Amino acid sequence: MATRIVTVDRNTRPGVGPILLGMWITLRNMLQTLFQRKGATIQYPEENRPVSTRYRGIHILTVRQDGSPKCVACYMCATVCPAECIYIEAGERPEKSIEKYPTRFEIDLLRCVYCGFCVDACPEEAIIMSRENNLVGTTRAELVIDRDRLMSRAETAEHGAGYRPDEHDVRRPVRLAALDRLSKEHGIVPGMPKR
Amino acid sequence: MASATLPAALSPALLEQPAVRVLSEALGENLLAATDFRGEIAITVERKAWYKAVSLLRDHPELEFKLFLDLCGVDFFDREDQPERFAVVLHLYSVSKKRHVRLRTPVPESDPKVQTIIPLFKGANWFEREAWDMYGIVFDGHPNLIRLLTHDAFVGHPLRKDYPQGQRHVLKEPRKWLLQVPPESEHMIVNLGPSHPAMHGCFRVQTLLDGEIVRDAEAEIGYMHRNFEKMAEARTYWQVIPYTDRLNYCSSFMNGHGWALAVEKLLGVQAPARAEAVRVILSEFSRIMDHFVCISTNVVDLGAITPFFVVFRGREKIYELLESCCGARLTVSYVRIGGLAQDVPDDFVPRCRETLEFVMDAFKQMDELLTRNIIFNNRFRDIGVLSKEDALSYGWAGPCLRGSGVETDVRRDAPYSGYDQYDFDVPVGTTGDCYDRYLVRIEEIRQSARIIRQALDKLPAGPVIVDDRKVALPPKSEVYGNIESLMNHFKLVYDGILPPAGEVYGATEGANGELGYYIVSDGGKHPYRLKVRPPCYNNYQAYPEMLKGGQIADAIAIIGGLNVIAGELDR
Ligand code: SF4
Ligand code: SF4
Repeated sequence: MATRIVTVDRNTRPGVGPILLGMWITLRNMLQTLFQRKGATIQYPEENRPVSTRYRGIHILTVRQDGSPKCVACYMCATVCPAECIYIEAGERPEKSIEKYPTRFEIDLLRCVYCGFCVDACPEEAIIMSRENNLVGTTRAELVIDRDRLMSRAETAEHGAGYRPDEHDVRRPVRLAALDRLSKEHGIVPGMPKR
Repeated sequence: MASATLPAALSPALLEQPAVRVLSEALGENLLAATDFRGEIAITVERKAWYKAVSLLRDHPELEFKLFLDLCGVDFFDREDQPERFAVVLHLYSVSKKRHVRLRTPVPESDPKVQTIIPLFKGANWFEREAWDMYGIVFDGHPNLIRLLTHDAFVGHPLRKDYPQGQRHVLKEPRKWLLQVPPESEHMIVNLGPSHPAMHGCFRVQTLLDGEIVRDAEAEIGYMHRNFEKMAEARTYWQVIPYTDRLNYCSSFMNGHGWALAVEKLLGVQAPARAEAVRVILSEFSRIMDHFVCISTNVVDLGAITPFFVVFRGREKIYELLESCCGARLTVSYVRIGGLAQDVPDDFVPRCRETLEFVMDAFKQMDELLTRNIIFNNRFRDIGVLSKEDALSYGWAGPCLRGSGVETDVRRDAPYSGYDQYDFDVPVGTTGDCYDRYLVRIEEIRQSARIIRQALDKLPAGPVIVDDRKVALPPKSEVYGNIESLMNHFKLVYDGILPPAGEVYGATEGANGELGYYIVSDGGKHPYRLKVRPPCYNNYQAYPEMLKGGQIADAIAIIGGLNVIAGELDR
């Protein structure tokens, strides 16, 4: 369609008006903040900024009904991770239908870039992200979080789940049928925390 | 007569390309090959004809490749199909003919020398230094072939394929003098940066002052160099996406957009219409955001802090919009090769409209505060002037290039992502001073808002990522549900995207100019070579030159308007 070249107009007749306007804006904002509490800032950490339900915060390992990790130690997340910060060791499970599970699962949160690729790569919805973002620790080792801490995060409903496979999936009916079959045949209930 | 000397491999179709025809007639045997891959013309010439070829491309009336884009080295260490180990690759653009061209020359390992092209393009200076730094390719006649992105204590050339990784090179003594001080001179040397609040990042300029007047200046960069290009050689095409967020971090979405388009070009796939429209909307929002940061921080340096606070509220809204789509504000990583990570949220369209209204309100205030402001005008008018010719020769980009009066915009000249479906104006300046660059940015913000409105009005429905199992992960429902999709999923995660062998240069109009990704693929899962054409690198290169003869206080007014972002500058 039409794209025109326009020459900018340099003839703007400068004056002092904008300077007075600037002072008015400052004064107005000051009054609004003082009397109407209309400031743009928030009082962190007492107050937190609400974040979207897709927020990419600290990871969660989801769990099965029996409390064991849903992860089948397939190493997909570790393979796809651009920061190479996921470490997994696999063990065997007695059930025929599952076979593998992680005996160790660690994420080095100091290396992680929170890209969410691990969530995209997981074929089991075993790793998702939370809306938690206050990552603090006094040692480096503390911020390499292990399997059990990753799993117990699912219970901390405080922040809620963040980035995870899309609920807007265009083939959602197929997915629901698949989930239904999973729970009937394998006893796996997608135990996702509530959004 | 001319055709008798042509290399046999040139097909008639290629000879119809003016660049190939002109060069083959003039160089004869010295033109080694010419290819047309994905609509890009690449010409390989003998090393001895390098300078002549470049000058022909620039000056021949049929070609007029006057805009310098990029120059880089490539190391074909283990590639049998290449005549020599190294190659020097040059990208040029013809504003009048709206064409790109790629010129390559093989360089042997035993004698890695090429003639410099600085007399033809001033912008080649830093690029040649970088090629020397990274590959050890020597440019004959270069005035100052020293380390640029790495430091003086660095050993080896890091982008060579056989460079042993994981070494530490510690710099104990920084480069003290960038300038030659004449003996017994009364002049004073002043360093601006590397950590100076007005330098917009970590880079350094050394100036030689005569009172308030800058007599000489020289820049040093590389403080934030992390060799993104080397890291990309060990990543899959997918894994490069988060790295692109960290180039120009003021408009990170646009970098990912450009990267996805470049890889899609290499693969020959096209993202679905909905994905492209969303990309356009978010890119234009990012452009607004980037211009906000550029203009408002620029005037903060000059003492006006109100516009900064006014527009940063608007910027905050845009960040929230991005976060609602992809879960992160700054490091968005929202694009995927072939589309987007997820569909936009349900309230996307109303939310965009609301955000746009808020943002344009902030913009209006900024415009009122600055454009006619007498102090601002006095500080900005007629300083930092760069002529059209110099801007082309330095390879300037985006608003800065247009401010100097060059009528070019990638969105108009080589529309991507459906930019040809929207009405918008491309503003250009007349004098090329700071005020023109400011006015161009102001107008671009208005045009971006126009594009966003049009795109929102006709946002198509449908999928947001290609249905191609070799490019995009299958939908999760199918991965959970059937074994074929699960296998596709596994294969793609483990093998990565496997593009055909070839070379592409994907260009998009980033917020501060033409952002190009030059990808060399050998058909493997990693890019064999990735070169970013960072727009602010060229802009900043001209900066020391612009200072000379001006006042030291103007140096600060000029730098903000160039919009130099360290993440992109140093890569
Ligand atoms: S979010 Fe990205 S960087 Fe972090 S663990 Fe997942 S894949 Fe790795
Ligand atoms: S979290 Fe998912 S991708 Fe990672 S190993 Fe477990 S099942 Fe595989």
